[in-house]
Amino acid sequence: MSNLIDDDPRIIEFDVRTDEMLVNMGPQHPSTHGVLRLVLRTDGEIVSETEPHIGYLHRCAEKIGENVTPRQWIPYTDRLDYLAAMNMNLGWALTVEKLMRHGVGEKARHLRVLITELNRIASHLVGMGAYGLDLGTFSPFLYAFREREKILDLFEEACGARLTYSYITVGGATADLPPGWLQKCEAFLDQFEPIIKEYHALLTTNAIFVKRTAGVGVLSREMAIDYGCSGPVLRGSGVDQDMRRDGESLYTGMYDGYAFEVAVQKDGRYPRDHTYPSVPKEAVIGDCWHRFFVRMLEVVQSMDLVRQSIDRYAACREPLGEPLKLAEKLPVGDAYLETEAPKGQMGFYIVGNGTSIPWRVRARSSSFSNLSVTHELCRGCLIADVPAIVGSLDIVMGEIDR
Amino acid sequence: MRGPGFLESIEATFPGAVVGSQLEAIDPWIEIAPARLADVCRWLKTVGEPRFDALQCITAVDWFEPDAKKAAKVSWQPHLELVYHLWSTPARASLVLKVNLPRWSGDVAGHLPELPSVTGVWRTADWHEREVYDLSGVLFTGHPDLRRILCPEDWVGHPLRKDYEMPLEYHGIRAR
Repeated sequence: MSNLIDDDPRIIEFDVRTDEMLVNMGPQHPSTHGVLRLVLRTDGEIVSETEPHIGYLHRCAEKIGENVTPRQWIPYTDRLDYLAAMNMNLGWALTVEKLMRHGVGEKARHLRVLITELNRIASHLVGMGAYGLDLGTFSPFLYAFREREKILDLFEEACGARLTYSYITVGGATADLPPGWLQKCEAFLDQFEPIIKEYHALLTTNAIFVKRTAGVGVLSREMAIDYGCSGPVLRGSGVDQDMRRDGESLYTGMYDGYAFEVAVQKDGRYPRDHTYPSVPKEAVIGDCWHRFFVRMLEVVQSMDLVRQSIDRYAACREPLGEPLKLAEKLPVGDAYLETEAPKGQMGFYIVGNGTSIPWRVRARSSSFSNLSVTHELCRGCLIADVPAIVGSLDIVMGEIDR
Repeated sequence: MRGPGFLESIEATFPGAVVGSQLEAIDPWIEIAPARLADVCRWLKTVGEPRFDALQCITAVDWFEPDAKKAAKVSWQPHLELVYHLWSTPARASLVLKVNLPRWSGDVAGHLPELPSVTGVWRTADWHEREVYDLSGVLFTGHPDLRRILCPEDWVGHPLRKDYEMPLEYHGIRAR
């Protein structure tokens, strides 16, 4: 017991105790990834309490969903996680298809894998670059955005938009890929693959980065599950769960025949870890470093999946097919589906009542649950560690506030 | 959860707690009596097999038709339906619980219906219940800190209710 007390930084600080102070971080603080306001109760440099205040971006997207048809709500899903809009489109499209018991063709299936995995890379690149910014290093951000730009160019060519795509839609996708697109995509992958080494050199193995993240903000396995954390945050804590493998058959069927290993540490080893830098000895499972590293592994994993899907998509000879009509009658009933978005498990829930407009629409945000664990992670940490911890959760406010 | 005998084991442990079920639906669901919800949830997390150790989502659906003409045609009575989506990490299985509540406690407009909180079972419920309270107007008894979460604290009304009307103005800002 005495050890516990010795280790608690709040107690050590007692000797030099000053007045407690409430510090506002945000909503315009650059390291809060959007309009998040954190109220910290601090004593000197030690944070004893953290309270996130959210809702600055709230526009009641769910209420809007009750007034438009499911296909008309697709543009609103773009604005949930705007860094991975394709994955949001897919989650909603699949949920509506589940309610309508509608399946899509082979070509649409491979196209969806191709596009969403590409978007996962883009999202993780922003996550990585912005995390560097949080910790005070600017260059990784530029490296990350340089490559993300090329993915956005590919998306722009496919659907005309660079951020809010509305590309994947109920019953397929709005249009087929233009001719020559696959070659451009392959060229991007060939050029991108060697660059990942640079990212590892810039951040993963960087001594300062390791000092700032290893052993900081440790999230235990049980706590991660209890708080409903998902995605890289959950896998960073050593929980072997990925909806692409463990989810409902409607979703996992999309990845039928694809080979990928879930990026999670098992028996002290990451899959294929001989090709990556080794885990620093200061790092503890569940800390900021592991959450970051899982994202980096998923970039490689997604690249692999994109390559596989290019071959499969190119082998499909039939046309893509038309998506469902704008106002298709929904059956009476409800359906819930969670998909593995880059930030975590994104769930959509739809209730149909026989008309073409849903009775109720619900978006279960992964960042919402991931953020709710902040006050546990920041208890007793230094003020400078708060951006490191919140940044490692890789949240997007558009999705939290809806 | 489609396994045989699962529903029966809940019924045997909590007689009278299961008030309805639809196992043929797209997502099969079980309806629980409001007063027993927290007990059933605790059992599902700690005793039942498989263990539902994670709560994915809490949703409130407002079954109310404000248009009198359309309301005459609907087949249901006005009520609030709460939907709990549970997930079992070890078994990779999901379970849907539903709870029906009156729209207003004692049928007095403005008196929010009450439901036992499941915050003590899953910590996910903390923010999710705050959101349901904020947007749909359900009072969760036993919740440690039931405040609005997405809307400002001085906001009036619960926007996801079907009879909600946007205020004309908010702190001097025209709202509609």
